[in-house]
Amino acid sequence: MSGLLDAEGTRAIGADLERLDGPAKVTGTATYAFEHRLENPAYLHPVQATVARGRVTAVDASAAEALDGVLAVLTHENAHRLADIGDAELAVLQSDAVAHRGQVIGAVIAETPETARRAAGLVRADYEVRPHDVELSAERSDLYAPENADTEQGDLVSAVASAAVSVDRTYSTPMEHNNPMEPHTTVAVWEDAGLTLYESTQGAHDVRTTVAELFGLSPERVRVIAPHVGGGFGSKGPLHAPVVLASLAARTTEGRPVKLALTRQQMFDLVGYRSPTIQRVRLAADAEGRLSAIGIDVVAQTARSKEFVEQAGKPTETMYAAPNRRITHRLAALDVAPPTWMRAPGECPGMFGPEVAMDELAAACGVDPVELRVRNEPETEPESGKPFSSRNLIACLREGARRFGWAERDPSPGVRLEDGWLVGTGVASSTYPVNRIPGSTAVIRFGGGRYAVRIGAVDIGTGTWTALTQIAAEALAVPVESVRLEIGDSALPKASVEGGSSGIVSWGSTITAAARAFRDRYGTAPAEGAEARAETPEDTASRRFAMHAFGAQFAEVRVHADTGEVRVPRLLGVFAAGRIINPRTARSQFIGGMTMGLSMALHEDSVMDPRFGCVVNHDFAEYHIAANADVVDLQAHWIDEEDPHVNPMGAKGIGEIGIVGTAAAVANAAHHATGVRVRDLPITLDAFVR
Amino acid sequence: MIPFDYRRAEDAADAVAAVTTTPGAAFLGGGTNLVDHLRLGVAEPDLLVDVTRLPFDRIERLPGGGVRIGAGVRNSDLAADPLIRQRYPVLSQALLSGASGQLRNLATTGGNLLQRTRCVYFQDVTMPCNKRAPGSGCSALGGYTRYHAILGASERCVATHPSDMAVALSALDAVVVTQGPGGERRIPLVGLHRLPGDEPERDTVLEHGELITAVDLPDLAFAARSRYRKVRDRASYAFALVSVAAALDLADGRIRDARLALGGVAHKPWRAVRAEEALRGAPATEESFRAAAEAELDDARPLDGNEFKPPLARNTLVATLRDLAGEEDR
Repeated sequence: MSGLLDAEGTRAIGADLERLDGPAKVTGTATYAFEHRLENPAYLHPVQATVARGRVTAVDASAAEALDGVLAVLTHENAHRLADIGDAELAVLQSDAVAHRGQVIGAVIAETPETARRAAGLVRADYEVRPHDVELSAERSDLYAPENADTEQGDLVSAVASAAVSVDRTYSTPMEHNNPMEPHTTVAVWEDAGLTLYESTQGAHDVRTTVAELFGLSPERVRVIAPHVGGGFGSKGPLHAPVVLASLAARTTEGRPVKLALTRQQMFDLVGYRSPTIQRVRLAADAEGRLSAIGIDVVAQTARSKEFVEQAGKPTETMYAAPNRRITHRLAALDVAPPTWMRAPGECPGMFGPEVAMDELAAACGVDPVELRVRNEPETEPESGKPFSSRNLIACLREGARRFGWAERDPSPGVRLEDGWLVGTGVASSTYPVNRIPGSTAVIRFGGGRYAVRIGAVDIGTGTWTALTQIAAEALAVPVESVRLEIGDSALPKASVEGGSSGIVSWGSTITAAARAFRDRYGTAPAEGAEARAETPEDTASRRFAMHAFGAQFAEVRVHADTGEVRVPRLLGVFAAGRIINPRTARSQFIGGMTMGLSMALHEDSVMDPRFGCVVNHDFAEYHIAANADVVDLQAHWIDEEDPHVNPMGAKGIGEIGIVGTAAAVANAAHHATGVRVRDLPITLDAFVR
Repeated sequence: MIPFDYRRAEDAADAVAAVTTTPGAAFLGGGTNLVDHLRLGVAEPDLLVDVTRLPFDRIERLPGGGVRIGAGVRNSDLAADPLIRQRYPVLSQALLSGASGQLRNLATTGGNLLQRTRCVYFQDVTMPCNKRAPGSGCSALGGYTRYHAILGASERCVATHPSDMAVALSALDAVVVTQGPGGERRIPLVGLHRLPGDEPERDTVLEHGELITAVDLPDLAFAARSRYRKVRDRASYAFALVSVAAALDLADGRIRDARLALGGVAHKPWRAVRAEEALRGAPATEESFRAAAEAELDDARPLDGNEFKPPLARNTLVATLRDLAGEEDR
């Protein structure tokens, strides 16, 4: 059934196993990057640009250097020359150019973190300041189309013009910043002509490859160690300036470790963010709500120094049937830090506008919002024409509606007042693709009665230690106690980055292939030292099938009739994401995503001050994320989905789908509560107070 | 962080003398705000005089029927005190609406009064701010103003005072007791904090070295039926967009007396004297509440970016009065 070796008596996959790393984490013995104990470490603190564009004309580090305990001040004038790998974000201290406010223009290495921080504040820089431009708008004349930005089928404009019912609205999502609990952290040790990095990363081998390239080292001379990572959410996927800065510093203190942990404020300058988006969504339908056209025109920002495309139009390729379809992306290149991945890049912002537009269409047609989505279920993936390997959106909508109590819903907006609160409910769909990244290797070795399973994957807090152990146990048909997983180190066989919810899919497929190779070669009674390896099997299914996870999210929203305060007492998601490897860690992933979606709906908003060119609300007192009291009754469920095509485990990635659609469900419920349609996130009381 | 000296005060006189004689000295209470400022470079004291061991950690009944709160009483202890909960619920509610449990366990009564604005520009030393660097300009004007003032602001500063406790104390006619170089002073709480005017760097009327030793609450019987309503962007752990402290004295459907103060709207806790005036003798009706709120907010001048605040303050004031009046009916 699963395509795994025939397991007799073990059902490791699907077991409600407690996290294997749980005891170490709750007792504080799991070592995160900064906590690795090394002899005599020095500490690093960045010096950041206080202008948004220009060049550094002079740096006066004399006051900093005169402080007791300062070991060195790095600037573009004295920093080691790196190889040019065509990535401006990583060309740290390689020139006098300032591309965004907060950019690293120097750094202090000192005996203590306090001294480093104080000295960094004493470094004076003079600038030649150039006018900067950081304001995104859809009206800019310099918007440009990145590669593969547009797709079109049929004729959207004519379809909208001739439709019985249409929606043509503009929605927006703000700039949002990744803020994992553990900030970006590097401990760098340069010795014996090589570099060891204790790194908070989503991909140990990607860090190794890139850092080796920058410093002209062979990859074997760089080792990246990351046994535990306190959240990544995408910002620890691609490399950012801090890891390069720490490596540069370690090179100057050769033999002495250098520790760098970003402050929360620095997290808003140096490690990327989700681009704001402006989305014009057009829907055309017949009187019963059957879509004839869908269009989304996305405007997002990128850095002038480095391009990143927030692919918010992507999910519209997959979601609903409509013969006429147009998707476009336009970018504004601004004097800002480069945007990056943030949990479900593309899908997360890209399911806000369209899913609110569907709610507006439902109201315009007088059709129930769940029913409207059911009516527009495609037979094949609209954009590609491929059949779905499995698609259970309707099952999620139906099951969610049943659990949530949707049937009793009165569709009239703004008519339910309970104890001074206007009450409403809303729904939105979720989707996320099944991504498999090639190029990982797993090695399985038998010894001492146990199977060592080695792959350089990372656990960014999702439960990878546990889930990969379960997959290996099932693939080898042994109890989980017989598996000893080794991950979190680039000295292990190469593994792909944890990104695009691809970890379990990519690494699990690789481990399964290695288990198969092992059993083929040694049978069930291997000799001591028996070893087999395998690379990630080729993903042939994606040529034949469209492969995605789906879900449905239901929200109850209360808006205070006097003050406009917005609260979400209830959030319920039902997902169809293939086979669930571990219900305990899976539930945690789903509700974690939904919580982050709730945060996006009501709170998260990086306020860019265009005069300064940076985010001004750069701490947790000002940049709100949902706190405990905001998360009340939050439930995640899933349906048992059999997908024989996606991979041998039958699993789809679940790290990101939980955040997709949540904000739209909340916005739709807020409209149902109040009659006020909010099209710009976050949804705050301003929209309702009169 | 810049190195500084630290000493533990022996007694109040020692603390006052130590700070008075050192221009760059500051008192250290719970440190929940000052320590942040040390990290951010907003405060760079030469000497911190720790006053948390001084014997100001008691809540006592005063002879005239009032209550004395020691300046060192922790916010969590004050909020939980049976006397406070019974006689001044607005104060307990205000405290519990602020910060987090961990912070309330540390924060002191005196320190809470003296916390500084959370204006993002004040807290970022790379940006102009008249309060932090007099004469450098106000970055909030024309910038991010969601948490900023609509009453009593000046062209030099539009910051708000962030304390919830101080709003309740303002409504309760509290008196701040201080010990300074010139001896003891009693300052009505409504006069403790300043409007920004031309000197936004000065938050209060206290002199350098003047130590808050206690806060006295007068006997105010009708404060037993009082309320604190805080409106914010998330359900907890956020500063007020607008808050209301209110106590109503009702008899036969008419308002005999009222105490009202607003938070999140000005450089100081905003005692709503005009609204109180309008309420005295008026029938306890929605119309009276609305008229009182309108009277108070007549001079409100929102900034670009906080236009929602006048209607929000008005609605919150009316809703709080309505709730209190309804409570009394029962």
